[in-house]
Amino acid sequence: MSFYFAQFLTGLSSASSLFLVACGLSLIFGVSRVVNFAHGSFYMLGAYVAYSLVQYVPGSILGFWGSVIAAALIVALVGVVVEILILKRIYNAPELYQLVATFGVVLVMQDAILLVFGGEDQFGPRAPGLDGVVRIFGEPIPEYDLLLIALGPIVLCGLWLLLNRTRWGVLVRAATLDREMVASLGVNQSWLFTTVFFLGSFLAGLGGALQVPRVSINLLMDLSIIAEAFVVVVIGGMGSIPGAFIAALLIGELNAFGVLVLPQATIVLAFVVMAVVLILRPYGLLGKPETLAHSAGQVELPIRPASTLAKSVAGLLLVGLVIMPFLAGEFAIVLATDVLIFALFAASLHFIMSNGGMVSFGHAAYFGLGAYGAAFVIKYAGGSMEIALLAAPLMAAAGALVFGWFCVRLSGVYMAMLTLAAAQIVWSTAFQWQDLTGGDDGLLGIWPSEWAKSKTAYYYLALVLCGGSILAMRRIIFSPFGYTLRGGRDNPNRTESIGINLRQHQWAGFVMAGMFAGIAGGVYVFSKGSIFPDEAAIPRSVDALVMVLLGGVQTLSGPVVGAGVFRLLEDEISRLDYWRAILGVIIISIVVIAPEGIAGFIRKIAMKAGFEHGEEASS
Amino acid sequence: MKILKFMAGCVLAAGVAFTAIAAQAAEPIRIGEINSYSRLPAFLDPYKKGWQLALEEVNAAGGIKGRPLEFVDRDDAGKPGNAVTIAEEMVSKEKVTLLAGTFLSHIGLAVTDFAKQNKVFFLAAEPLADAIVWKSGNRYTFRLRPSTTMQAAMLAKEAAKTGAKKWATVAPNYAYGKEAVAAFKKELTKLVPDATFVEEQWPTVFKIDAGPVVRAVEAAKPDGIYNVTFGGDLAQFVREGNLRGTFENRTVVSLLSGEPEYLEPLKGEAPKGWIVTGYPQGAIETPEHKVFFDAYMKKWGEAPKLGSVVGYNVVASLATLLKKADAYDAESLVNAMKGLEVMSPSGKFTFRAQDHQATMGTWVGKTDVKDGAGVMVDWFYADGADYQPSDEDVKSMRPAE
Repeated sequence: MSFYFAQFLTGLSSASSLFLVACGLSLIFGVSRVVNFAHGSFYMLGAYVAYSLVQYVPGSILGFWGSVIAAALIVALVGVVVEILILKRIYNAPELYQLVATFGVVLVMQDAILLVFGGEDQFGPRAPGLDGVVRIFGEPIPEYDLLLIALGPIVLCGLWLLLNRTRWGVLVRAATLDREMVASLGVNQSWLFTTVFFLGSFLAGLGGALQVPRVSINLLMDLSIIAEAFVVVVIGGMGSIPGAFIAALLIGELNAFGVLVLPQATIVLAFVVMAVVLILRPYGLLGKPETLAHSAGQVELPIRPASTLAKSVAGLLLVGLVIMPFLAGEFAIVLATDVLIFALFAASLHFIMSNGGMVSFGHAAYFGLGAYGAAFVIKYAGGSMEIALLAAPLMAAAGALVFGWFCVRLSGVYMAMLTLAAAQIVWSTAFQWQDLTGGDDGLLGIWPSEWAKSKTAYYYLALVLCGGSILAMRRIIFSPFGYTLRGGRDNPNRTESIGINLRQHQWAGFVMAGMFAGIAGGVYVFSKGSIFPDEAAIPRSVDALVMVLLGGVQTLSGPVVGAGVFRLLEDEISRLDYWRAILGVIIISIVVIAPEGIAGFIRKIAMKAGFEHGEEASS
Repeated sequence: MKILKFMAGCVLAAGVAFTAIAAQAAEPIRIGEINSYSRLPAFLDPYKKGWQLALEEVNAAGGIKGRPLEFVDRDDAGKPGNAVTIAEEMVSKEKVTLLAGTFLSHIGLAVTDFAKQNKVFFLAAEPLADAIVWKSGNRYTFRLRPSTTMQAAMLAKEAAKTGAKKWATVAPNYAYGKEAVAAFKKELTKLVPDATFVEEQWPTVFKIDAGPVVRAVEAAKPDGIYNVTFGGDLAQFVREGNLRGTFENRTVVSLLSGEPEYLEPLKGEAPKGWIVTGYPQGAIETPEHKVFFDAYMKKWGEAPKLGSVVGYNVVASLATLLKKADAYDAESLVNAMKGLEVMSPSGKFTFRAQDHQATMGTWVGKTDVKDGAGVMVDWFYADGADYQPSDEDVKSMRPAE
């Protein structure tokens, strides 16, 4: 019995640590609707700064706590700088822009921290005065764990008081409910958001600094905490701080007792819980349905069939792609194959995102499923490449059919989060089911059939499959089905009131997007010869988002342009030192300076020059 | 007049020919080196410093048959797909003679398979997965660092001497961890048939929640603990275990934990008396290591880590290979590599012809704390040649060429 009680306390201390990070994320999201990927980076920065400060005051209790607070304050200031320089400019853009911008911040911070603090793992000292254990029912419990257990509820109460008993808190809560109304009542929203970001970053920094006596401080901390923090925030209900507390407790205790029963399952546990909660309570345990913004941002231009000019440009591009292998070297062909694959992958995301208004943060799931589907045919069924390439979209579509059913019941950022959970479930299954997927060691030896073995032949195969798929998607967009999807995106109520079963249409759109991503995955696996769980992981999903955004969300040619630019850019700059920071700066610049993306930017210029007749359509 | 013209022609021709030879002589031999530099700087910085030092030495000594050796190194960002694309580029555009590198096992395997498909010579430097030379082994791939099974076998031999019978294992939940536990179990039960394994913990790699894990191990009351966690996970495991006294009066056997990359960050909290594989740096007195150690200290102003030795040995192996091989096509390189003997700071080792694994060994000893830093004591050099499977076993594990 005493053993289980001790295990319970251990779970509580993990829960507190998790809550401290997650509450800041939830706070920021609740008010500003920013899905802040950089929260993990702030947490990591807090840990590094606190570690460095503690070195100057070894063993002193006051020095230790002073360092923790100072670190949190420094992080809060960095957070404010990020808010003012970057996020302030893009609050009116869709969630996606902010997510991608904060991902740019993640990249910059990774290299900045490497540059300032060095690449070696750091291991902080134990907390002075709290470096031993106390015996509770004869079981040793670290003193520092007890402190953390107390700190979680203290921070929760502090935040509650701040939000419920101060004028600032009233304004923040009002902004959480209705931003426009708060603004129209004359509250300086801009200032309010900055203070919220200050507090949120402070909490992230505090969470990181408090981990110094517990964990090793390394450069992988940011991405490993952010996934967990997202889970907690989503389970608790986005924007709900008590919800985050309950969710953290749930995850912490599940983990503590899970290791006793199913030690192998801890990797999936959190995401399964998240999926179950979202299915039962779509807005999380204590979350409320998203409040509709009064203005839906900029109104998009209706899409139109390509103009003669655009058609001729596309035709020229196609001719260029066909004759490319005769002019370029072998590596250019390999790179071009990559670009084609990612163009299809990005286009499939763009298909549901731009037309269906469904943002997927986990599109890599279907890319990965397609790739694994193809690999299974080769590995276990002894099939040929041709059959495998058929299996790829089927497997991905099957996955999208299941996940899509749950996902389309939600909208906006909740849906995005559920797609993320789905992708994490795919990823962890691939990672864990070693007998089938080879686990982390992946599946090897998946090479094209004899006739497609040469780089040039495979390039043409990719061109036909990927190019054909992109054209097919374009065809669907201009079909009645495509119009229905866009109708649902622009006004779900009106669409349903004219008798359209919108959810079913969205589901079908989701499955199609998954299927096309699966084709991309299938073509990908044969070009690389191997498949690993990484292809279904978060970074791959973010890649797709960045490509779509880079090209332009509201332009049909956007994802193709975006994929080309992104892939070539990545190939070029990854030769440099600190290339992640460079890539991060490029991503941030595009989001802030040209949110319409490259293709959108070109279209704007073309319209101004009178080549395209956009003005008529928008009037 | 005619004769003059002829003579002038001869001089000119000779000149052209001479220039051509000279140009060819000076043309560098290019090696394509792929690694996850941005993802794992803690391990790959020392590795890079190691090969840079060795490269400088090789070229200062006149290069390979008069030609300088050149490394084209690229970062794969920890993504296997990127690594394959980079490998394509190195072969088709950079015109490298051979490929080398990789740290993470899955990236090593991706490049292994690329080497097989494209018939390119590949020396896997750091990845530990057994599959690289066994299950997925192929004609074109060789591996330098001692594999998971070799290192687990070294530890099992020492663990058997302690008399511990009831074991608990703690390993990261991915291929490497699973392989390391399976190999240790197999080797230990060979030596101690009545050994039992009473508890297995599988924390997520780089995301250990060490408190509950330590508690679960404690609850099983084992005589011995076999640990495979490393890096940040190891640090947390050690701290939580130290706090709760989990390691007191128990035998702890721990893979790789004696490597400075993992032991140094633990500082004064490094565990005492753990049986580990690792690298006791400055304490190694062999003349070949002394020379390396001093040169490294002089060039970089810090002590080498295990990665530095591996990086240095990559160049040592390749330089020896390129000096021995008559031609630099993949087939000739593979033939020359089989049974190649290499002199290195860690001693002489051979690339086995049977399975393409180098017999480079590692150091086995106990951890201790001296002057507030973790060190290895009572160590010895375990020669990799003594921990190899039989030729029949290799044959059954490795696909036929």
